[in-house]
Amino acid sequence: MTENIIEVRDLVKHYPVTRGVVFKKTIGHVKAVDGVSFELKAGETLGVVGESGCGKSTLARVLMNLERPTAGQVLYKGQDISKLSGGALRRLRRQIQLVMQDPYTSLNPRMTVGDLIGEPFEIHPDVAPRGSRRTKVKELLDLVGLNPEHINRYPHQFSGGQRQRIGIARALALRPEVIVCDEPVSALDVSIQAQVMNLLEKLQAEFGLSYVFIAHDLSVVRHLSDRVAVMYLGKMVEIGTEDEIYERPTHPYTQALLSAVPVPDPTLRESKAIIRLQGDVPSPVSPPSGCRFRTRCWKAQDVCAQEVPLLQIRPGSDHPSACHFAEKREIVATHEVA
Amino acid sequence: MSEQSAPGADGSGRSSGRLLEVDDLRVEFRTRDGVAKVINGVTYHVDAGETLAVLGESGSGKSVTAQTIMGILDTPPGFVTGGQVRFHGKDMLTMSPEQRRRIRGEGIAMIFQDSLSALNPVFTVGFQIAEQFRIRRGMSRSDAKKRAIEMLDQVKIPNAKGRFSNYPHQFSGGMRQRAMIAMSLALDPEVLIADEPTTALDVTVQAQIMDLLGELQRERQMGMILITHDLGVVADVADRIAVMYAGRIVEEADVYDLYRKPAHPYTLGLLNSIPRMDEKGQELRTIKGLPPNLMNIPPGCAFNPRCPMAQPVCLEKVPPLLQLGNGRASACHFAEELVNRD
Repeated sequence: MTENIIEVRDLVKHYPVTRGVVFKKTIGHVKAVDGVSFELKAGETLGVVGESGCGKSTLARVLMNLERPTAGQVLYKGQDISKLSGGALRRLRRQIQLVMQDPYTSLNPRMTVGDLIGEPFEIHPDVAPRGSRRTKVKELLDLVGLNPEHINRYPHQFSGGQRQRIGIARALALRPEVIVCDEPVSALDVSIQAQVMNLLEKLQAEFGLSYVFIAHDLSVVRHLSDRVAVMYLGKMVEIGTEDEIYERPTHPYTQALLSAVPVPDPTLRESKAIIRLQGDVPSPVSPPSGCRFRTRCWKAQDVCAQEVPLLQIRPGSDHPSACHFAEKREIVATHEVA
Repeated sequence: MSEQSAPGADGSGRSSGRLLEVDDLRVEFRTRDGVAKVINGVTYHVDAGETLAVLGESGSGKSVTAQTIMGILDTPPGFVTGGQVRFHGKDMLTMSPEQRRRIRGEGIAMIFQDSLSALNPVFTVGFQIAEQFRIRRGMSRSDAKKRAIEMLDQVKIPNAKGRFSNYPHQFSGGMRQRAMIAMSLALDPEVLIADEPTTALDVTVQAQIMDLLGELQRERQMGMILITHDLGVVADVADRIAVMYAGRIVEEADVYDLYRKPAHPYTLGLLNSIPRMDEKGQELRTIKGLPPNLMNIPPGCAFNPRCPMAQPVCLEKVPPLLQLGNGRASACHFAEELVNRD
């Protein structure tokens, strides 16, 4: 049994919706994350998938302690991170780093690559003594597959994939234990995306990193993750190993999501079981009562409107699913080995 | 250098009764830093009722080709330096602006990736659709409104009547894309160019939109040019595929042939580098390096610095787009070997 490096318990993050300029009045809350629990084990990759507005990026922000949770806890090795401040918080920040989606806006255009990657050392001088910083930065550049000679270049002199490598080098600078990747490859072209994914895998093997890998691309998530959590409207609807989620999904939303992913093989056109969801995701300001997916679900019954289905292991299934009527269903047309 | 072996080489020659043909199109962007050769001899065609997918990464010239067809290329910096775009056999590039305007909308229409910036935020969605009926068809305000509501209904926007007077920001992403489809199909075009129509959407919504497009295309027997970088979407909907790299078509083939046995190392590399949901793979096989700088395209085959098969000849000679039979064409010196391997 490997230890849990991060434990999230009943995490809630609501953002107030206000009206008025001078006399601000709160007229509601965006329930971005609404009761999410999971754990991240040392050395594993937990994939988090879901569509826009499901709360996956808010989750990343709370894990990074960029936002304080409205309720619930994020425990790093048993320590509640939202209770920390000052030096203790700074020491914690070393251990959890973030790789952001957009390599164009997440790098300061007026800083050289050397300054960008070396900046973490300014905040944490104990990691690298002043004299050794440039060497360290060059090592990092080499590690992520960039030319160490380019240390004095500016971000605009690099392509999208190379910039994402800079972002990864910066996240690695402090030798963290956990890296939260928020859509790290979505902005990249296919051929470049594969290079960055391979790099992330190589670094994980080399440094024993744990990843929280947030993405909307289900194929990318499957490729990198050991376990996968599926989110819908601020709730986790299903969690399990990569195999459990992709081969034996039990939540209708997971099933619909998987069936909607186009498979790059024209011969599967006819044989694919396709579930077409109707309509759009409801507003997170006033989510549906009971099960949040019920408004788009083909299985919905009266009980779905009344009772919130808990994320738990149900009969006939081997992993937790938050559906009253969870059952297995073949979705991914498995590729025949010719 | 001319590629006479492009589609239509079966003897039928020029203006072979194709619906829309792009023939040896060349476009360059003249910027302060130099001249970028964005399109370097692109040839493709689309017929009624078929879907041609134009596949390529950013900077391959797939969108610029579409903009040139529509006549919405920003000039400057973009300049057409050669080639033809023929619609029903007539070259559109030499037409008067008035003649081209008549083709736009009724002959060829286009939908864009980012529906929020493609729609005008200060007019209602309904007005923007109805406007076409009033100006192009001379309908009265109330008739145009009726037709616009019908269009919204056809693209399956619930409560079309009530939605008529909504502004674009009141629509969700998927609904906006539907509204844009309604707008582009309003004048019943013969060719629809869809430039990354679902890239900004979530997968479940993407599936809805692709279904809708397919349905409308079948009903109207439209020719469709689907521009995308998503190999999954292409496999689902395309009839034929043209793969672009550095402003050229490097491979053209039937969708089944292309996925079964790509005839160009770039296509092969692309197919190998996508993670597949139905296979838990090991390390992805990547294409090394980066796409070329269009101001400084490598001599010979533009793909040679990244190609695992590159030979000395690839550095010297630009490989022509050669027909391989069965509607397949590849711009690789070693295409025959690729197709004939086991």
